[in-house]
Amino acid sequence: MKSFTYERAETPAQAAAAASKPGAKFLAGGTNLLDLMKLQIETPTHLIDIGRIGLDKIESMSNGGLRIGALVRNTDLAADPHVRADYGILSRALLAGASGQLRNKATTAGNLLQRTRCPYFYDTNQPCNKRSPGSGCSAIAGFSRQLAVIGGSDACIATHPSDMAVAMMALDAVIETVKPDGKTRLIPISEFYLLPGKTPHLETNLEKNELITFVVLPAPVGGTHVYHKVRDRASYAFALVSVGAILFKDGSGKIALGGVAPKPWRKPSAEKFIQSGAKGFTAKLLEGARPTNENAFKLTLVQRTIEGILTENRS
Amino acid sequence: MKFEKPAGINPIDQLKVIGKPTDRIEGPLKTTGTAKYAYEYNDQVVSPAYGYILGSAIAKGTISRIDQSAAKRSAGVLAIVTAENAGPLQPGKFYVSRFLAGPQIDHYHQAVAVVVAETFEQARAAASLLKVDYKKSKGSYDLESARDSAQQPAPAEFGPPPQTLTGDFEGAFKTAQVKLDETYTTPDQAHAMMEPHATIAKWDGDRLTCWCSVQQLNWGVRDLAIILGIPKENIRLIASYIGGGFGGKGTVLADLVAASLAARAAGRPVKLALQRPLMFNNTIHRPKTIQRIRIGADQDGRITAIGHESWSGNLQGGRTEPATASTRILYAGANRLTRLKLAVLDLAEGNAMRAPGEAPGMMALEIAMDEMAEKLGMDPVEFRIKNDTQEDPEKPGRKFSTRKLIECLQTGAEKFGWQNRRAKPGSIKEGQWLIGMGVASAVRGAPVTKSAARVRLNSSGIITVETDMTDLGTGTYTIIAQTAAEMMGVGLDKVMVKLGDSSFPESAGSGGQWGAASSTSGVYAACEKLREAVANVLGFEPTKTQFSDGKVIFGDQSVDLAGAAKSAELVAQDEMTYGGLSKEYAQTTFGAHFVEVAVNAYTFEIRVRRMVAVCHAGRILNPKAARSQVIGAMTMGVGAALMEEMVVDKNIGFFVNHDLAGYEVPVHADIPYQEVILLEDIDPTMSPMKAKGIGELGLCGVASAVANAVYNATGIRVRDYPITLDKLLKNNV
Amino acid sequence: MMENENGSGAITRREMLAGTAIAVTALAMTKVTGLEAVPSAPTVTPVESEGVSFSVNGKAVKLEMDTRTTLLDALREHLHLTGTKKGCDHGQCGACTVLVNGRRINSCLSLALQHQDDSITTIEGIGTPENLHPMQSAFIKHDGFQCGYCTPGQICSAVAVLEEIKAGMPSHVSAELKAPVAFSNAEFRERMSGNICRCGAYSNIAEAAAEVAGVQG
Repeated sequence: MKSFTYERAETPAQAAAAASKPGAKFLAGGTNLLDLMKLQIETPTHLIDIGRIGLDKIESMSNGGLRIGALVRNTDLAADPHVRADYGILSRALLAGASGQLRNKATTAGNLLQRTRCPYFYDTNQPCNKRSPGSGCSAIAGFSRQLAVIGGSDACIATHPSDMAVAMMALDAVIETVKPDGKTRLIPISEFYLLPGKTPHLETNLEKNELITFVVLPAPVGGTHVYHKVRDRASYAFALVSVGAILFKDGSGKIALGGVAPKPWRKPSAEKFIQSGAKGFTAKLLEGARPTNENAFKLTLVQRTIEGILTENRS
Repeated sequence: MKFEKPAGINPIDQLKVIGKPTDRIEGPLKTTGTAKYAYEYNDQVVSPAYGYILGSAIAKGTISRIDQSAAKRSAGVLAIVTAENAGPLQPGKFYVSRFLAGPQIDHYHQAVAVVVAETFEQARAAASLLKVDYKKSKGSYDLESARDSAQQPAPAEFGPPPQTLTGDFEGAFKTAQVKLDETYTTPDQAHAMMEPHATIAKWDGDRLTCWCSVQQLNWGVRDLAIILGIPKENIRLIASYIGGGFGGKGTVLADLVAASLAARAAGRPVKLALQRPLMFNNTIHRPKTIQRIRIGADQDGRITAIGHESWSGNLQGGRTEPATASTRILYAGANRLTRLKLAVLDLAEGNAMRAPGEAPGMMALEIAMDEMAEKLGMDPVEFRIKNDTQEDPEKPGRKFSTRKLIECLQTGAEKFGWQNRRAKPGSIKEGQWLIGMGVASAVRGAPVTKSAARVRLNSSGIITVETDMTDLGTGTYTIIAQTAAEMMGVGLDKVMVKLGDSSFPESAGSGGQWGAASSTSGVYAACEKLREAVANVLGFEPTKTQFSDGKVIFGDQSVDLAGAAKSAELVAQDEMTYGGLSKEYAQTTFGAHFVEVAVNAYTFEIRVRRMVAVCHAGRILNPKAARSQVIGAMTMGVGAALMEEMVVDKNIGFFVNHDLAGYEVPVHADIPYQEVILLEDIDPTMSPMKAKGIGELGLCGVASAVANAVYNATGIRVRDYPITLDKLLKNNV
Repeated sequence: MMENENGSGAITRREMLAGTAIAVTALAMTKVTGLEAVPSAPTVTPVESEGVSFSVNGKAVKLEMDTRTTLLDALREHLHLTGTKKGCDHGQCGACTVLVNGRRINSCLSLALQHQDDSITTIEGIGTPENLHPMQSAFIKHDGFQCGYCTPGQICSAVAVLEEIKAGMPSHVSAELKAPVAFSNAEFRERMSGNICRCGAYSNIAEAAAEVAGVQG
C-alpha cells in the first residue's frame, strides 16, 4: 500500500470540495478500495473518509419511491422494511452477495463502484488494460471461466461483480451525485456504466471526483421478485451467472443479469420476448455474445436459469 | 522401548481416560484467542522488525538486475536480502524448492527479495519499489502436453514403488468378460490452511530461535540447518500452535528462510508471514494427476484384473504424486498393475497434502468402481463387498492386522438408508432438484514411526509431558494428556502437555496419518520409564505396581503419586521404536463414505445434503477429536469434489486464482450435518496404544462418493475434477 | 490442564491483567518507534501518520500510527491483542472478524482511522479462559474448532449472527423476506459463510450455535 494522507469529511459538500486535492479518493466502507490498495491496484495519495458525512438514511418519496443514501450499508438496505416489501429483488441480490461482515461495512455507492474480480486485474505482474491501459489483456487467452460473454472487447472481458447493481438495473434506479463544484445531477443506472471498448479503465460516466449521494428507486412496480445467483460454492462467492427478475402476472417482466458482462446486463427491448419463453428471450438478451471456449457455458446457463425461474414462478 | 510383538494387556486397556470423548484441553485458550501462533510472540520478541517477500513476476527465466535504490530510500527500511547478499543457500532435504530465486527463477512467486522495515506497512510498500529486470525463458506448465515426456521416477522415501506387477494384468484384462478403461484427472489443489506460513526469527550470536508454523520440527531443524549451512544444534524451533497445515507446513518453507536471513541482515528479530496471494504459487501444493484405470471382471462381478497408472508433474527432482497407493491393497484380483510417471513442470513444487497419493488416487479409483458396478448391473456397495480381500492382494498370505471394510460398507449403508437409492440415474426429483446418492470405500495406510517424549512428576503430583510433537488441530494435546493420565493413574487435571519445541525429545511429528498413534506411543514409553522410577523411589517392585486414582499401589501398600517426587522431581525419557510387525501385517485403516446430493435440474448447481462416514481405524483414543478429524476431512473432500482447483495459466505459467476468493474451499453453507460412525478396532500389532491414525482416512473416497452421487442424480458422468456445473452442462446430452 | 505458552503455567487472573497492561505499553511504544524512528535520509514514500481514539473491549485507547494501518494490524501489532487473526488480509476468510458498535466486520478491510469513537469488541472482550462466553463454552463442548486459527472469528461472528436473527434481519436462505426469521441450521450456515474453517469444523460449529440459540440442532 502506498502512503497517503487522510482526512475525515463531515459533510457531502466538504467531501466534494476536498476531492480536488491531487491523488484524492473517497473512502466509504473500504471493503473493495482497501483490498485494491494493499495490492497497489489503487494508489491514492489522499483519502477522504466519507463514512461520517450522513447519507446513511433511506427516505420514502412522495411518488412512492425510495431515496437511498449512498452510505447506507448493504445489510441495512437489505433489511429495510420498505425494500423487503416492495423491492424484494434488491434485498435478495444484496443478501446473495459477499458475507455478513462485508455487507455490514459495504455501502450502496461503494457496491455500485466495485471493480472487477478478474484474476489478472488482481495480479499486478500481469498485463491488464483496465489496470494499466495499453498493457494488454491476459484474460482473453487465459483463464476466462468467470469472465464476460457479452459487452466485452478485444481489450477487456472483465465482469462487473455486483449483485446489488443487477437488481438496481432491473428496478431502473437513478443515481444522484454531487460534483466538486457543488452541482448535482441524476444518472439513470442504464447510462451509468460504460462498456470497455478500447478504454476499459473507464468504468462509469462519473466525472472525476463526482460523489454519489443517493440512489433513487422509482415507485414500486409490484410483481414477483426473484434473484437467482448461480455459483460453485453455496455462499460467499461471486456469480458465474446471476438472474434478477421481476415477473408480472401477464407474463411480462424485467430481467437483468450479473456475471456475464462488464456491467449489469439488461436489454429492455428484449423483454417483450419473456412471454415467449426463456429460449427466445435469452437469444435476444445475449444477441451478439462473444464467449471464450471457457465461458461459453454461460449462454446455456443463463437460458436454463431463466427457464427455471419462469417455470417456478408461473406454475 | 522397542515394539516387536503384538501388544498384550497394558495400562492403556483400562480405558479410564483413553477412549473417552474428552473436550480438547486447549479449548479455553483457542476459543478465547489466547493460544499463541507463530506471529504472536510479542512477549518474547520485543520491538521486532517486519519482513515482506517480493515474489517473482515471471515463471521461468533469470533475474538480470534488481534496482534497490528506491526501496532502500523508502521509509523505515532496514535491510534488503536477495540472492546476491544472502550467502550460499542449499535446498533442504524434503522439498526441492530453492527459497530465494536468483539469478535463476524456477517458478512464479518464488521469493526474489525480502525487505525488512520498522513496520509491516513500510516493508510492504518498500517491496513494491524494487525494480526487477527479468529475462524470461520458455517453461513447461501443462501436464497434458508434458505427459508423453514423463518418466518412471526413482523409488521414493514415501509412497508406493513406481511400478508394481502381480500376475498377468495385460493378459487378464484383455480376456475379461466386463471391462472398464477410463481416464480421470484431479487438479492442482491448495492446502489453504487458515494461518499463513509465518515465522519470527531471532538470532543470539550464531544461535537461531524461530517461532514458526512447521508440522515436523525435527525435519524443520534438519532442513533449516542444511539450507543456511549452520549446525543443527544452533537452531531452536517453536510451534506451540499451528493454524492448520494439512501437509502444507511439513518443514521449512520460504517464510522460515526469509525471516532467518532477514533477521541476520537487519540485526533485529524479524516477523514475517507469507501474504495470502503469494502462498499458492510460492509454497507447495497437491499436484494435478492424470490417471488411467482399467478394471476387468467376470460376469459375476469378481475382479480379475485391475490396473492403475498415474501421471503427475513437478519441478526437477521433485516427488511423484503417488496416486496408485490404494489400488494396491483395496480390492481383490489376481492380476494387477500400478505405474507412476513423472514429468518436469515449471510450476511451484508439488508435495504432500493430506493423504498424498491416496486422496487423488481414490478420487479416480472409486468413480471407476462405480462405473464398473453399473456395467455389471450390480449395486455399488455389493460390488465392493464382493471384491473385498482379507489378505494383501499383492502378497497372498500376508494378512491385514485388522480389516473391516465390509462392515464399514454395510453399517454405512444401513445408517444412510442406501436401500432408498435408485440404480437408474435421475430417478428421484424434489421440486427443481434431482437427488442422487453415492458411495465410496476409504482406505489409508496406518504407519507408525519412532517417537520420543519426556515425562516429569513433581511434588504436587503434576505430570508434565514434553515432546516436540505438534498439534495442528489434530487433538494431539488432548490425546497425549489422556495417554499420560491413563499410564500414571491420574486425572487429566493433573497432566500438563508441552508440545512444539525442538528442544524437547524428538517425536514423529505431524504427517502421513502417523502422528496420533506414534506420538502417544512415545509418551507411553516415557511413562513406562516414569512408572519404573516411581516404583523404585518408593521401594516397590515395578512390574507389580499399579497406578490408579492418583495412588501408587503395591500389594496392600498405597501411596500418593506425588509422594514419589517429594524430595526431587522425577524425570523419565524414552522413545518407542518398531520392529517388523508392519512387514508381517498389512496395517491399514478402512472406511466407507455415503453422500446424498441435490442437483438443480436447470442450473446443475450441486449441493451436498447428507453425509455419513464409517471408519475403522484402530483404537479411537478420543472419539470427539477423532470425529472432528473425519468431519474436517469430509469437508475437504466436498471441496475436492465440487470446487477446488488451482487453475494453471498455460501461457504465463502460474496458478491464476491465487487467493481465497479465487480458490474456493467449502464454506458453512456447503456442509450439512455430518454423521461419523467409528467402528471398534483394537489393533495390537500397531503399538501398545493399539491405535491408528484417522485424519487422512476421512478424506479418502469422499470426493468420489460425491461424484457418484452427482452421477446418480443426473446420469452425467464427469471424470475431471472438480465436478462443476459447466462440465455437467457440457456433457448433458 | 493447559498452558498458554511454552514454559509458563495455566493462565491465571494475574496474567490476564498483565495482558491488559501490555496494551498500554504497546500504545506508548507505537508513538515512539512506529513512526518517528525512521532513518533521516530523504525517503521516496513519506510516512503519513494520524491519531485515532476508540475503545477496545471497554477500554479507551488512543493511537498515533501510520495512516495505512488496518484495524486488524492496530489490534494485533500495536495493542498486542492477537486473538483477532490475520488469515488472508483481503476480506476472503473472516478470521479477522471483530464487532464494531455491535456489528461484525472484517477488521482487515478497515483502516484503524475509520474507527474514531467506535466501540470495538474482540474475542478477548467476548470471554476469557476463566470466564467463558456461552458461545465459547459451546464451541468447546461441541468441538467446534480444530487448529483454532479461525475460531476467534467464528465465535465473534456466531455471537453476532444470533443477534442478527433476533433482530429479524433476513438472509439469502430466508424463505420469506417479509416474515420474521428464526434460527435454523440453514439460516446459521448461510450467515456464517464469511468465516472459512479449513479444518472443516462447520458441522460442529452449527451444533454449538444451536445450543446457544436454545434450538435443537
